Amino acid sequence: MIRFLIYRIGLLVPTFFGVTLIAFGFIRMLPGDPILALAGERGLNRELYLKLLHDYGFDQPLWKQYLVYLHNLLHGDLGVSIVTQKPVLSEFFSLFPATMELSVVAMTIAVAVGVPAGVVAAVNRRRAFDYMIMTISLVGYSMPIFWWGLVLIIVSSGILDLTPVAGRISMLYFFPTPTGFMLIDSLLSGEPGAFKSALSHLVLPSLVLGAIPLAVIARQTRSAMLEVLSEDYVRTARAKGLPALRVIALHALRNALIPVVTTIGLQLGYMFAGALLTETIFSWPGIGKYMVDSVFRRDYPVIQGGLLLIASIIMIVNLVVDLLYGLINPKVRHRA
Amino acid sequence: MQLSKKSCVPLLLAGALMTGGAASAKTFIHCSEASPQGFDTALYDGSETLDYGPNIYNGLVRFRFGTTDIAPDLAQSWDISDGGKTIVFHLRKGVQFHKTDWFTPTRDFNADDVIFSLMRQKDGSNPYHNYAGPYLYFNDMGMPDLIKDIVKLDDYTVKLVLTRPDAAILPDLKMEFALILSKEYADQLLKAGTPELLNRKPVGTGPFQFVAYRKDAFVRMKANPDYYRGKQPIDNLVFAITPDASVRYQKLKNNECQTMPFPNLADLEAMKNDPNLKVMEWPGLNVGYLAYNTRQKPFDDVRVRKALNMAIDKKAIIKAVFHGEGTIAKNPMSPSVWGYNDAVEDDPYDPQAAKALLKEAGVSKFKMKLWAMPVQRPYNPNARRMAELIQADWAKIGVRAEIVTYEWGEYLKRARAVDRDGAVLLGWTSDNGDPDNFLGTLLDCDAVGGNNHAEWCYEPYDTLIRKAKTLVGQRDKRAELYRQAQMIFKAQAPWATIAHSKVHVPMRKTVMGYHKDPLDRHDFEGVDLAE
Repeated sequence: MIRFLIYRIGLLVPTFFGVTLIAFGFIRMLPGDPILALAGERGLNRELYLKLLHDYGFDQPLWKQYLVYLHNLLHGDLGVSIVTQKPVLSEFFSLFPATMELSVVAMTIAVAVGVPAGVVAAVNRRRAFDYMIMTISLVGYSMPIFWWGLVLIIVSSGILDLTPVAGRISMLYFFPTPTGFMLIDSLLSGEPGAFKSALSHLVLPSLVLGAIPLAVIARQTRSAMLEVLSEDYVRTARAKGLPALRVIALHALRNALIPVVTTIGLQLGYMFAGALLTETIFSWPGIGKYMVDSVFRRDYPVIQGGLLLIASIIMIVNLVVDLLYGLINPKVRHRA
Repeated sequence: MQLSKKSCVPLLLAGALMTGGAASAKTFIHCSEASPQGFDTALYDGSETLDYGPNIYNGLVRFRFGTTDIAPDLAQSWDISDGGKTIVFHLRKGVQFHKTDWFTPTRDFNADDVIFSLMRQKDGSNPYHNYAGPYLYFNDMGMPDLIKDIVKLDDYTVKLVLTRPDAAILPDLKMEFALILSKEYADQLLKAGTPELLNRKPVGTGPFQFVAYRKDAFVRMKANPDYYRGKQPIDNLVFAITPDASVRYQKLKNNECQTMPFPNLADLEAMKNDPNLKVMEWPGLNVGYLAYNTRQKPFDDVRVRKALNMAIDKKAIIKAVFHGEGTIAKNPMSPSVWGYNDAVEDDPYDPQAAKALLKEAGVSKFKMKLWAMPVQRPYNPNARRMAELIQADWAKIGVRAEIVTYEWGEYLKRARAVDRDGAVLLGWTSDNGDPDNFLGTLLDCDAVGGNNHAEWCYEPYDTLIRKAKTLVGQRDKRAELYRQAQMIFKAQAPWATIAHSKVHVPMRKTVMGYHKDPLDRHDFEGVDLAE
């Protein structure tokens, strides 16, 4: 297991450097530059433009800029935003809890609904319930996030008046947020109604963000379960007269979970991509919106730093998923 | 759920929650479109940032509410001498900077603050010269060359010395780069080694004082109890950052905010019909235009430019692109700006006459590029659609236009090139409400290769503009010169003037005292909520 862990961590190093190169290179392939974006419509005289290019080091050859970036990175410095002049790392960590909170709730909904739905669909294969779940999941998978978000706002907040429209909490509450997780901070604040407000603000964005992972998890669970349910050991368990629920939950589901866990890990990467749109629609102050704004403003340090941090998180999650295999399936543990 | 229709908590009570129980506290929520880039408004030029200017700070001068007339603010009066090259400002006494958790002023506003606020932008050796990025707007407006010095005559008198007379200097000083910050606060921050906080924890003299900011979530302010024009009727002002216009509208409907900027034009009719909402609207200080490159053939021939102008159906553009919420532009400046010449006659929409004029110019059929902006702006909410309409109009007179576009920064860079081909869709929103900010900034000879996208340098026009700029404090004479300049512009047609947009501010019907701002800032001084 330790060898396996060392091997997997060792793989992270070249991946990390690969990501730095991609983040650095891709943003520079886009047309426009950060100084032009900073200048806006009024433009800059050539003298000031060249001075700013020099001040920010953008007049240096690309390889030199990359080495400077790498040098700073290895010293824990992700740079300073060209627009806000704030360190990327501190801005990222101030916004990350909002994205994390939203992603965790969305993923919880996706797993809590998706796995049982997939199991039930598999057990009721080619029956009405199976078709219903698969149709709903296909719709969930196909709906563009932007459209889905606006429809939910109009129906749930506008017509039915069930949920707030956007934001993390009603603007009428104002209290310190030491953890950055609004559900926790609202509880700690002791403000009457604050937790309820924070929870109600989470409903729509987490449903929107969780819709696609939910659909994918449901379909993956169904497919994995169908495969496992036809295995000899399941037939044997049934033949032994074990209760159906025990056969499904212990014998079938546990084995079917391996590809599902992989899917969940991969969906976390999707979550960050989905957060870009979800956070914009729901005015959710997380890293997704921060990244989108930075791309439009060609704020190179933020884009590079943000991509790297997100990639690092996804790499770590994938590592955790790999380690989880061992817990789920002893065969994987033995092999390691 | 706090402000849902069914369980709507009255704003009075809600405000009390926020301020820890003051029963009479009123909270006003404005759904703003984006996070501010910072709070030192001299550093930025985006409306999402400049909106904080009039709420937190004061300048030496201001606009009289709802107009572009210059009125006293922190300067009570001023004397112009030396042919307009010297202005002596007499400052208001007894004005206090905000008392906050992080700064307690020991003195009132005085001349040191004025000198600090302006000279830090000019003087490269000032420790605040480059503390959080360049002073772009100060540079864009030509201030480093124009301002020679600012001299303190006494605590409440400063002398501004210019290198040349500039009639637009007072409107320029109304702009957000010239708002007044506390030198005492800046010195305190410098001593503490945290100068960057000048941009993050602002201190001004304005009607509201900064409380807190959370990126992409909100900016909280509270009424300044010592404001020199009196404490505001509302106690707390919150900018709830809501980037999507549809979501802002929904929040407004649900009373989660009381005002919003930049509605979708398609939503306006529904907003106007909503019994709980009202929409304030006024003509924007802007113009959307199509600039030919007058240095390139065949656009160097005025007959070709005129013919192309006459082929454009502007009414159809107003209907399709502006949803009827705009007005046809005939001059290169907004009708709301003084000096506008209403006597100018626009080129008529007449494809047949246009065809004949092209024939007369000997270029009956040709190909050209038509540049469409990749972004939305009030003066052009859908440039692609506008370009397609113009393309179809021109096809009727035998001109084949190829629509091109680029990333916005690249678009602006290429549009400024003197050898650019074709005609470019662009627009302008006034910086300061002065006619020169349209007629000079966009069309004089100095702006060729810069903001003069027609690359048009026409001596008779330029002479008028240059002369008008020297007539400091002589508005009537300037207005006459600008009216003549507009006649020349129309005859020479370096642009097709397309449209002026309207400014719309949808709000709850309970909002009282909101005043229109010609420069589209959202200024909440004097605003109240009906109980």
